[in-house]
Amino acid sequence: MTLSARAKWLIGAFAAAGLSFIYIPLMVVIVNSFNSSKVFSWPPTSFTTIWWEKALANDGVRRALWTSVQAGVGATVIALLLGTALSFALVRYDFFGRNTLNFLVVLPISLPGIVTGIALNSSFTNVLQPLGINLGLFTVVLGHATFCIVVVFNNVSARLRRMGTSLEEASSDLGASMWQTFRFITFPTVRSALVAGALLAFALSFDEIVVTTFTSGPGVETLPQWIFNNLFRPNQGPIVNAVAALLLVIFIAPVWLAQRLSGSETHAGGRV
Amino acid sequence: MSQAVTTAPESANAGSGVGRGLSRYLHRHSHVRLGLLLSSPVAWLVILYLGSLANMILASFWQLAPFTGDIVKTFSLSNFQTLLTAEVYRNVAFRSLGIAVAVTLIDLLIALPIAFFAAKVVQSSRVRYAIVIASTMPLWAGYLVKGYAWRIMLDNNGVLDWALQPLGIKGPGLGLPATILALAYLWLPYMILPIYAGLERIPTSLTDASSDLGASAGFTFRTVVLPLLAPAVIAGSIFTFSLSLGDYIMVKIVGGTTQMFANIVYDNIGVAGNLPFAAAAATFPILVVVGYLWAVRKTGALENL
Repeated sequence: MTLSARAKWLIGAFAAAGLSFIYIPLMVVIVNSFNSSKVFSWPPTSFTTIWWEKALANDGVRRALWTSVQAGVGATVIALLLGTALSFALVRYDFFGRNTLNFLVVLPISLPGIVTGIALNSSFTNVLQPLGINLGLFTVVLGHATFCIVVVFNNVSARLRRMGTSLEEASSDLGASMWQTFRFITFPTVRSALVAGALLAFALSFDEIVVTTFTSGPGVETLPQWIFNNLFRPNQGPIVNAVAALLLVIFIAPVWLAQRLSGSETHAGGRV
Repeated sequence: MSQAVTTAPESANAGSGVGRGLSRYLHRHSHVRLGLLLSSPVAWLVILYLGSLANMILASFWQLAPFTGDIVKTFSLSNFQTLLTAEVYRNVAFRSLGIAVAVTLIDLLIALPIAFFAAKVVQSSRVRYAIVIASTMPLWAGYLVKGYAWRIMLDNNGVLDWALQPLGIKGPGLGLPATILALAYLWLPYMILPIYAGLERIPTSLTDASSDLGASAGFTFRTVVLPLLAPAVIAGSIFTFSLSLGDYIMVKIVGGTTQMFANIVYDNIGVAGNLPFAAAAATFPILVVVGYLWAVRKTGALENL
């Protein structure tokens, strides 16, 4: 459609306003992490790096960070295996119940986290606890994997749909075994989608707090839980701010990488 | 994969005999391949996830014994009766629905210009890509980081109050408007992404044909672009709507004393230890979200997620 110069300018102005709405609050967090005032006051009158130093040296923060990394890696590994298998099944085969299954994968990210959290919590305490498995890091991994599957599934499915089956058919027509076809044709084509899915799954797990609240036992605290537990303590304010700023910085890298790897097909399907 | 090819030439070095036989067996029996692929993900989703959900819904028909606090496993509708008749629950339910709708509309208003500018106005593909990345990157900035950001933005004497000071007005402070604003901020990228992808899929030939036939830009947008964009908008709204509906943390951070429906669920299980009542309350967002997904499944929105 032909847009007048004025219409283009207007749309551009709205887009710019939208983008500044997105970035101003994040900038404020970063600037405020250097604010030397002990209690929140804006605008900052002088700057310091002491809150960053204190945050990085904080035992609670370090322990929580390590817990989050473990949970994220565990959930990502499970999600990779299950999500990939599922996307091959749903994209490459037609079978009874295929649409229902498609619906079922989306359910864990569409239903509120608190629903998934309570449901898993009561299953874990009723089924796993009698077996001697208490709520802890293991149950957090199970909970996170449940909603990370869909991220891997979306990325791999999009790739499989795009690549079609002609290359694989050519490979087996030329006499390659199934393993050879997988090793030399299928895997290289989906590899970057797998990496992108894994990075997004990790990021999703790393940020999760609701399901975590219901599946973690006493003594297990992920980084989001640490932030939430310290958010309302006035004397922890500057350290919480520095941790928030730190997260902003370290979150950018893996997501930027994931988007580079998968191009425009990256599916952000995820939730908190 | 094709079923036509059944034999591979002997010269192919396909490894050991056993592996070869297995490979050939799997190649011929597609249902076995399908079974192997499906078994673990289906077991996980059906047994662990659906099983837990079913168990929770079952628990919503139980009660808490008045004095001992034990769960009595007898069927009764009393939890649902309380939820439906008590005015406080009805108010909170409507408030949550209202918040979810408001968040979705605000996100749509902000996302449309950004996505449209990137997909249809910008000529250079590098700039286009940069805008898409710039608007989706904050998706991963962290839920609590964003919650914290809006707390210092909107709190009394926060950044917004400071920015509005020259105009002689104050920001909304913490409360219901802050909750809507912060939730809209949280889920905005979920709306931008599908709308951008939807706009990209609309061929220029269609809009060109429309304007060649004399339609104004606004008319083309309303009659050609918007109908084709509907599945993408619905896909975005699934996230903004259902994620807002089930939230209870953001409202604690920026909402002051405001309560959302999920807070009822949380307080009943956390403070009161009343699993049956919490489970009954949790069926409200489940019904709304599943109903919404079911209603839009034919529009093609689920494939746009």
